[in-house]
Amino acid sequence: MSAVIDSGHAHDEHAHGPYGGVMRWVTTTNHKDIGTLYLWFSFTMFLVGGMLALAIRAELFQPGLQFWHPEFFNQLTTMHGLIMVFGAIMPAFVGFANWQVPMMIGAPDMAFARLNNWSFWMLPVAATLLVGSFFVPGGASAAGWTIYAPLSTQMGPGMDLAIFALHIMGASSIMGSINIITTILNMRAPGMTLIRMPLFVWTWLITAYLLIAVMPVLAGAITMLLTDRHFGTSFFNAAGGGDPVMFQHIFWFFGHPEVYIMILPGFGIISQVIPAFSRKPLFGYSSMVYATASIAVLSFIVWAHHMFTVGMPTAGILFFMYATVLIAVPTGVKVFNWLTTMWRGSMSFETPMLFAVGFIFVFTMGGFTGLILAIMPIDIQLQDTYYVVAHFHYVLVAGSLFSLFAGFYFWVPKWTGRMYDEKLGKWHFWLSIIFFNVTFFPMHFLGLAGMPRRIPDYALQFAGFNEIASIGAFAFGLSQILFLWIALKVTVLGRGEEAGQRPWDGADTLEWTHLPSPAPYHSFHEQPVLG
Amino acid sequence: MSDRAQHYYVPQPSHWMIFGSAALFCMATGAASWLNGWEPGRYIVFAGLAILAFMMARWFGDVVRESEGGKYGRWEDVSFRWGMSWFIFSEVMFFAAFFGALYYARLIAVPDLGSLDNKLLWPDFAAQWPTAGPVFKDPFTPMAAWGIPAINTLLLLSSGVTVTVAHWALKEGKRAQLALFMFFTVALGVTFLCLQAYEYGHAYSELNLKLSTGVYGSTFFMLTGFHGFHVTVGTLMLTVILARCLAGHFKPENHFAFEAVAWYWHFVDVVWLGLFIFVYWL
Ligand code: HEM
Ligand SMILES: [Cu+2]
Repeated sequence: MSAVIDSGHAHDEHAHGPYGGVMRWVTTTNHKDIGTLYLWFSFTMFLVGGMLALAIRAELFQPGLQFWHPEFFNQLTTMHGLIMVFGAIMPAFVGFANWQVPMMIGAPDMAFARLNNWSFWMLPVAATLLVGSFFVPGGASAAGWTIYAPLSTQMGPGMDLAIFALHIMGASSIMGSINIITTILNMRAPGMTLIRMPLFVWTWLITAYLLIAVMPVLAGAITMLLTDRHFGTSFFNAAGGGDPVMFQHIFWFFGHPEVYIMILPGFGIISQVIPAFSRKPLFGYSSMVYATASIAVLSFIVWAHHMFTVGMPTAGILFFMYATVLIAVPTGVKVFNWLTTMWRGSMSFETPMLFAVGFIFVFTMGGFTGLILAIMPIDIQLQDTYYVVAHFHYVLVAGSLFSLFAGFYFWVPKWTGRMYDEKLGKWHFWLSIIFFNVTFFPMHFLGLAGMPRRIPDYALQFAGFNEIASIGAFAFGLSQILFLWIALKVTVLGRGEEAGQRPWDGADTLEWTHLPSPAPYHSFHEQPVLG
Repeated sequence: MSDRAQHYYVPQPSHWMIFGSAALFCMATGAASWLNGWEPGRYIVFAGLAILAFMMARWFGDVVRESEGGKYGRWEDVSFRWGMSWFIFSEVMFFAAFFGALYYARLIAVPDLGSLDNKLLWPDFAAQWPTAGPVFKDPFTPMAAWGIPAINTLLLLSSGVTVTVAHWALKEGKRAQLALFMFFTVALGVTFLCLQAYEYGHAYSELNLKLSTGVYGSTFFMLTGFHGFHVTVGTLMLTVILARCLAGHFKPENHFAFEAVAWYWHFVDVVWLGLFIFVYWL
C-alpha cells in the first residue's frame, strides 16, 4: 500500500510552500519548517538564558555584592530557570520531534499541520512576556522558577506576566503533544508496529503523554495563584483555611514528571546515536521501551522528594523516598543497555558519539546525586544548597542539553545535505564537557559545605570554589558561541561536504534508508512498506 | 490496511494561526495591566478576545469547508478521534488540579489548622467543613445541594440523553428529529447556565458566600465556575453543530465533528457529577 500526500497545491516539487520570505515561516504547515523554527527559537532562548546565568556567575565570582541588588539577583535566577526549562530545553525537543518523528515513522507530515504552526507561534508570545517582564514596575518575578506561594502571591506585574507566559507555553506544549501523539499513533507506515518504532519515537510518545497529563495541572496551580493574587481566593492562604504547602504539592505533581519530560526524548536520541556509532543494534530494545514506560509511571508518585524539609508524616516520607529510589532501577536499565550496545561494537567517535558517550558519563553522575538527595536524612542537610544545583545541572545540561547536541550533529546531515565541520564539532564537545565540569563539579562541595542556593552573597570560605565555577561558566558560555558558528555554517551558509543519503553507516532508521539528504520538503509522498 | 485512504490531507499554509498568537499577546498584556490597576487594559483584553474569536471562526471555517468538500477520509478521521480524546484527557487533568485542591483543603489543610499545633495561634478555630478559615470572621451559609444543584444535575443528565437521541437520528438519516433533539440539548444547556447564574447571584446577595469566602468559597467558585465556563463553551459548540445540521452538513456514516462535541458534552456532564457529589453534597 502506498499513501500520497494531498497538499492542496498540486504535487509539484516546491522547495517550500507557496509563500516566500517571512510569510513562509509565519504561515507554514510543514513539519520541517516548523521544526526549524522550534530549533532556532530554542537556541535563541538558550543564549538569552545563558546570559542571565553569566550575570549570576559574575555576581558570585566573589563574596559581597558586586553588580546586582539582591532583588534583581533573584529575578536573574528565576528567569534563568524559567527561560531554560520552558524556552530552551522543551521547545528544542519539540523541534527534534517535528523534524524526526514523521521521517522516522514514514509519515507524510504531522497529523495536525495548522495546529503545529500555532503550537510554535505561541512561544514567541510567551518569550516576549517573560523577557518583557524585566521592564515592568517591580521587575520580573523573583520567586524562583518554582514560584512557591506565598512569595509568588505577592510581587508585582512581573509575576502576572510570568503566570500568563506559563499558561501560553503550557497550551503550546499540550497542543504540540496532542499532535505528536496522534501522529505516532495514526501515521506510521504499514508494517511499523508499535514495538518496531525507533526509540526516539517511543520516548516522544511517552513524553507527550506525560505532557498532556501534567501541563494542565500546572495551569491549574498558576490559575489558583492568579486568583489568590487578584481575586481574593485563599487556596494558599492559611488565614482563609488554605495552605501554601498545597502549592508545592500541586507544583511538584507537575514538576517531577516535567524533569522526565526534559530527559526522556534525550534518552531517545542517545538510543539512536549509540547503536549507529557502535554499528550494532540497540541492546535490549524492548527493555528500553518498558524502562521508559515505567519511569513515566513512577514519575507521578515521587513528587514529594522535593519537599522533605516541608514536613510530612513519616509514612509519607518513607513512601516518597522508596518510590524515588525505585526510579533508579529503570534508569539503570537504560544506562546498562547503552553500555552493552557499545560492548564489542566497532565504534567510532564522531561528534554525535562523543556527546552521547559524554552524556552517559556525566548524566549518570547526576543520577547518582539524585539518589543521594532522595535519601531523606541526607536531603534534610542538602535541600536548597548548591548540591541540588549541581544535581540538576548534571542531569539537565550534561543530560538534556548534551543529548540535544548529539542529536543535532547526528541529524544535521540529513536536514541540510551537508556535513558539519567535524573538527570544530570535536572542539565544541571537549570545551563543553570540560568547562561543564569546571562549572558544576565544585558546586557539589559548596553544597556539602552548606552554601545555600539563590543567594547573591556568601560566606568567605566558599570563595575559592565559586571563583572556579564562575570561570568555568564563562568558558562554557563562550564555547556555545562556537556551536552557533558551527550551526550557522552548515545550515544558513550551506558550507560543508555533501553528506550523501547515509553518512553514518550504522544508522538504519527510515530517514537514512529511504530518504535522500537533504530530506525533501515533503518527506514521504509514498509511505514505505516495512516487510 | 485497506481502510486507510490513499491520501493524507496536509493543509496549505494558513494565516489564521498568527492572529491567534496576536490575540494571546493582547489578552496577556491587557490582563496583566488591568489587574495591576491600569483600567484601559481591559480594552486590550477585549480586543484580544475579538481577534481570537475571528481567528477561530476563520480557521474552523476552513476545516468545515474542507470536511464538507470531502478532503477528509477515514485516515484523517482517526487523527481527529485521537486528537479529541487526548484533548479531553488534558481537560480531565485540569479539573483534577482543582479537585486535588479541594481534597487537600478538606483532608489536610483545614484539619491541620485546627490541630494542637495551631491552638496557640487560633484557639477557637474549629476544623470543620465548610470553613472560611481561622481569620475571616464574616459569617456565610454554604450552598445546599438539593435545590438548584439537584435540578441542574437532572438538566445536564437529560441533555446527555437528548444529544444521544440526536446522534441516533443522525445515523438513521432522520434530519428533523436530529435538529429537534439538538435544539433540546442546547436549550437544556442554556437553562443550566441561567440557573447557575441565578445561584451565584443568590450566593452573593443572600448567603454572603463569595469567591473570597476563605477556602470554601475559593474551591466552590473555582470548580463550579470553570465547569460553568466549559458548559458555556460546550453550548456554543452545540449551537454551531445545530446550525450545521440545519445547513445539511454531516452524513449518517461520517460526522465526527458532531461526535467530538457530544464527547465533550458528556465529559462536562461527568465533571458535574463529581462537583455535585463532592462540592455540593458531601
Ligand atoms: C535517578 C534519577 C533522579 C533522582 C533519584 C532524583 C532525585 C531528586 C531529588 C531528591 C531532588 C530534590 C532535591 C532537593 O531539593 O533537596 C531533585 C531535584 C531536582 N532534580 Fe532530580 N532526580 C533524578 C533525576 C533527574 C533528572 C533526569 C532531571 C532532569 C532532567 C532532574 C531534575 C531535577 C531538578 C530540576 C531538581 C531541582 C528542582 C528545584 O528545586 O529547583 N532530576 N532530584
Ligand atoms: Cu523530582
